[in-house]
Amino acid sequence: MRVPLSWLRSYCDPGLSTGELAELITGAGLEVARIDRVGVGDPAGFVVGRVLDAGKHPDADRLSVCSVDDGSAEPRTIVCGAPNVAAGQTVAVARPGAVMPDGTKLGEAELRGVRSSGMILAEDELGIGEDHAGIMVLPGELAPGTPLAEHLPIVDEVLELEVNPNRPDALGVYGVARDVHALTGAPLAEDPTAGDIEPEGGAIEDVSVEIVDPEICLRFTARVFEGVQMGESPPWLKQRLMAAGQRPISNVVDITNYVMLATAQPLHAFDLDKVRGGRIVVRRAKPGETMVTLDDAERAFDPETALVCDAEGPSGIAGIMGGQVSEVSEGTTRVLMEAATWVGSNILRTSKRLPLRTEASGRFEKQLHPEQAIGAQRLAARLMVELCGARMAGGTIDEYPRPSAARHVTLRPVRMAGLLGEEIPGDETAGILDRLGFEVESEVSADSLLMGRHHDVALEEWTYEVPAWRDSDVQREADLIEEVARVHGLDRLPTTLPARREAVGGLTGHAGLRRRLEDALRDRGLSEALSYSFIAPTALDRLRLGDSDPALAIANPLSTDQSVMRPLLLPGLLDAARHNAAHDRADLALFESAHVYRPSAVPPPMSGAGPQTSPRGTRPSDEHHHLGALMVGTIEGGWRSLPVRTDFFAVRAVLESVLAAAGVEWRAEPALRPYLHPGRTAAILASDREIGWLGELHPLVARDWELGERPAAAFELDVDVLAVLAEEAEAGFRDLTSFPAVLQDIAVVVPDGVPASRVQEVVFQGGGELLRAAGVFDLFHGEQLGEGHKSLALRLEFRAPDRTLTDDEVAGHRSAIEAALVQIGGKLRA
Amino acid sequence: MADVPARLEGIRAEAEAAIANAGTAAELEELRVLYTGRRAELTQTLRSIGELAPDQRGPVGKAANVVKQALEAKLAKRSEALEGYELERGLAEDTVDVTLPGDPPRPAGHLHLVTQTRREMEDIFVGLGFKVVEGPEVEFDYYNFTALNHPPDHPARMLQDTFYLSEEVLLRTHTSPMQVRSMEAQEPPIYIVVPGRVYRRDSDATHTPMFHQLEGLAIDEDITLADLRGVLLSFARAMFGPEREVRLRSGYFPFTEPSVEVDVSCFACEARGYLADGSRCGLCKGTAWIEILGAGMVDPNVLGFVTDSGYDPERVQGFAFGMGIDRIAMLKHGVPDLRLMFENDIRFLEQFGS
Repeated sequence: MRVPLSWLRSYCDPGLSTGELAELITGAGLEVARIDRVGVGDPAGFVVGRVLDAGKHPDADRLSVCSVDDGSAEPRTIVCGAPNVAAGQTVAVARPGAVMPDGTKLGEAELRGVRSSGMILAEDELGIGEDHAGIMVLPGELAPGTPLAEHLPIVDEVLELEVNPNRPDALGVYGVARDVHALTGAPLAEDPTAGDIEPEGGAIEDVSVEIVDPEICLRFTARVFEGVQMGESPPWLKQRLMAAGQRPISNVVDITNYVMLATAQPLHAFDLDKVRGGRIVVRRAKPGETMVTLDDAERAFDPETALVCDAEGPSGIAGIMGGQVSEVSEGTTRVLMEAATWVGSNILRTSKRLPLRTEASGRFEKQLHPEQAIGAQRLAARLMVELCGARMAGGTIDEYPRPSAARHVTLRPVRMAGLLGEEIPGDETAGILDRLGFEVESEVSADSLLMGRHHDVALEEWTYEVPAWRDSDVQREADLIEEVARVHGLDRLPTTLPARREAVGGLTGHAGLRRRLEDALRDRGLSEALSYSFIAPTALDRLRLGDSDPALAIANPLSTDQSVMRPLLLPGLLDAARHNAAHDRADLALFESAHVYRPSAVPPPMSGAGPQTSPRGTRPSDEHHHLGALMVGTIEGGWRSLPVRTDFFAVRAVLESVLAAAGVEWRAEPALRPYLHPGRTAAILASDREIGWLGELHPLVARDWELGERPAAAFELDVDVLAVLAEEAEAGFRDLTSFPAVLQDIAVVVPDGVPASRVQEVVFQGGGELLRAAGVFDLFHGEQLGEGHKSLALRLEFRAPDRTLTDDEVAGHRSAIEAALVQIGGKLRA
Repeated sequence: MADVPARLEGIRAEAEAAIANAGTAAELEELRVLYTGRRAELTQTLRSIGELAPDQRGPVGKAANVVKQALEAKLAKRSEALEGYELERGLAEDTVDVTLPGDPPRPAGHLHLVTQTRREMEDIFVGLGFKVVEGPEVEFDYYNFTALNHPPDHPARMLQDTFYLSEEVLLRTHTSPMQVRSMEAQEPPIYIVVPGRVYRRDSDATHTPMFHQLEGLAIDEDITLADLRGVLLSFARAMFGPEREVRLRSGYFPFTEPSVEVDVSCFACEARGYLADGSRCGLCKGTAWIEILGAGMVDPNVLGFVTDSGYDPERVQGFAFGMGIDRIAMLKHGVPDLRLMFENDIRFLEQFGS
């Protein structure tokens, strides 16, 4: 909302600077986003002038050489290109040195050999209109030399407000003025909708209005004006419109816009001669109905759309935009003025669906009150008479099927103090609400309580009648409290801290674990990436996931590239790798810690129950927190060490440190994932639950993400599952210090196909309870082992909690291990 | 033989001087043989003790042993010293270029700026008594809008352009749905903050379709708007420096009443609006204040949705606030474009702390 300051000050002028005023109303909730300056650069240099003489330029047909009295001692010579300039006119003159609206400084100029010292101005040259067809002719009684600014608003400032949806009243300049009045106590001019020309009853000859559907229209008022002289609006009105951001069009249209900008209530003017049958019917659209709107677009409607129709069909979209069929134009002489109250939610829906947002719909959607419609009719009628020479024909048609009752809200000062943390004195509270237009209905004040010997301020309460223009926002005590608080000054509240009974801060176990895991990755040299949660459906194809695993789709994505919710973190990490490879950073170690999404296995129980019922804590999708890592290329070597290829085992080492940070026991098993190398993929299991995967990228995936021939491996862990396991694994005390462990290294020869984990499993079988660890520390192939065999070196740790183990005891277990190995074709190497 | 003790003293003096002067382990070994070896005078003296008169044997034997022990001690001490010298000499020659980097290199990576900022914010609120909880990003319309006092077709829904998955399911537009989820799950009092990803259909230099928020909620019997101010002032000072002030302006959110917008005094220009060189402060645009969050007292209608869980709006009250984590990170670190946060350019990721 653009609020021209001169207009605002005409209603309420607290004598503050623009900056002070902006800060004050911003604090009270009318946020000034910008202060704009309109009109000329500096009003000095602009004066009233009188054309003493206007003659043809000797060398140019279209130019006139004028002698102009601008109050200076000598008349000045001005060359003017306007066709309408003539002797005797009173005009607006810019003297040399004047600063024009675009900031340029007017100089003297030679025009085809004649020196021109100044300029006779058209409206657009002053920024108060768009007319450039000819110079502006001023009323004759103005004295030459008087500053132009005394007669015309040639310079103005504009407050650009960001009005919150709860304040439709502030979408009118008078509503803003009322807030200024409440905040400063400066006098408020009479409501511009107060006065009326004398209406004659409730009917108009040959005109009828019918509201077919009161669910879409709360009130429809109509007045008719005859003898309308279409034309331009006067400069003061044009200036206000221009400064407020509206183009002047014609006096009738300008009046509707002006009244809307002043009062927040939109109006619509019909050319009554184009309203077929003189009949207005308010109804919902019928199937297949269309209409061409004022912006020359053909619009189709759904059955919820509210239309203003005449005897034959649609004539305007209710509350949004009129139709061309009944548009006022140069030849219009009879105008039907509509001021209606629409149902905000219906207007919002239609405006979103079309989509078509207008100044009118932006106001109606916030729910105006039916009282406002009739006020706007009064102001419009005065202007129609005054500016268009029109006369009102008949009375006011007022279809108001269900008149709204005034709203009453009770305020308990004790409650207010309890909510704000500060007591605002009763007289200040009363003053604020009074200035905002709230009227006290009944009062149980401290004084009256005292007389009744109750003497209990806790019982004090005031009941207020809410003014129509605040009805949509102020409906409960909390809303009244906000009104008092925002005008009193929220920034004047004291600063305290909550008592914090029973409040103990902390991270959840889940969040704590996540930090440890993220830190572990960071410490291993990986940097954290953050990718969008939505990806392109083609990314899933490129991961070779196929259709077996449907992803959640967004119904209204910004683009197809961001239209499905990712079921794993890998694609984001791959995108990041590709981006960096394109910027010469192909060797890369990244991780991400974020949610992934899948459709719920079980549809939520509330499905279909409607949005008004609580889903009782259920979740609409299967959403998990994952930790994913991707390493590409090589891990840099140093000046005496070799670079390490980021293959399966390099990334597995990182995974091992992460899982060590989680403190859970886990194992890897050969597995398959479509996006990973089938021979180099492992499922990660803990307590027989799958907690993630690890593997080298499938070469086709690496190729699709343009990673070249570099090695690339990744893993992904489900942190939600890991958090549960980590909590279960919280370690109790075990005695590891009283008795020493016995360490023994063994070498096991097995056929190549036997995985190390299987060897360990068998070794544990043989080792019995006393064998606490059997880690693989070497892998060896050699001729002496025989074709197709490998040798794994394991370090065994035997330990008893209650005694020192003897060599004999350990030797016995070693034999048992040797015996067990037979089942996998293994033997101990000497 | 009356001069034997004197002779022994002589040997001792001579040997001690020689030991002290020995410069190498080899020299010292020679001296050991010379003074305490088999052929040494001292050894001979001890061996021939039996040849002495009986009354001499005791004193001479004792004196010789004293000298022998003394010399052995000196030899050992000198040997130790020489070893030390030699070790040091060897070490002094065995130098490396200490200015070379460590090897193999183990550089640490970097947490994302958003994560660093989120953790810092979480820790501040933990210190103020808040629990850190999280919720789903794919959310029911009910929790994101309806129960937060945004009825269907309410104009406030226009404030946030929403991604929908179906009629009832959307990507949360703020972290506020966890207000109602948490209240359903836990009776008052409740003090929580909720960090997480949120989504809006928006894309330019200051808006990305995904960003991060941190929500706060405190409900108890007597929590006031002044308490909100106190909590946010504590936060602002911990986050932006001890000199900071906060300013409350009237605002509008459907789920708080009264609602406030909260500004923090500018930390780039010390709330002057201009910089040391007299130019206008770019961070606060010369206003001395930076908008950092929206907040307010929880609307009674919101409590009305969880009255069954113990939140009777006539009995309990409290405040809620929500702020952008990315925005605060950008403000603190001078990041000009939000989109940089999600480009994952390693040159950006490696810029910030750890």
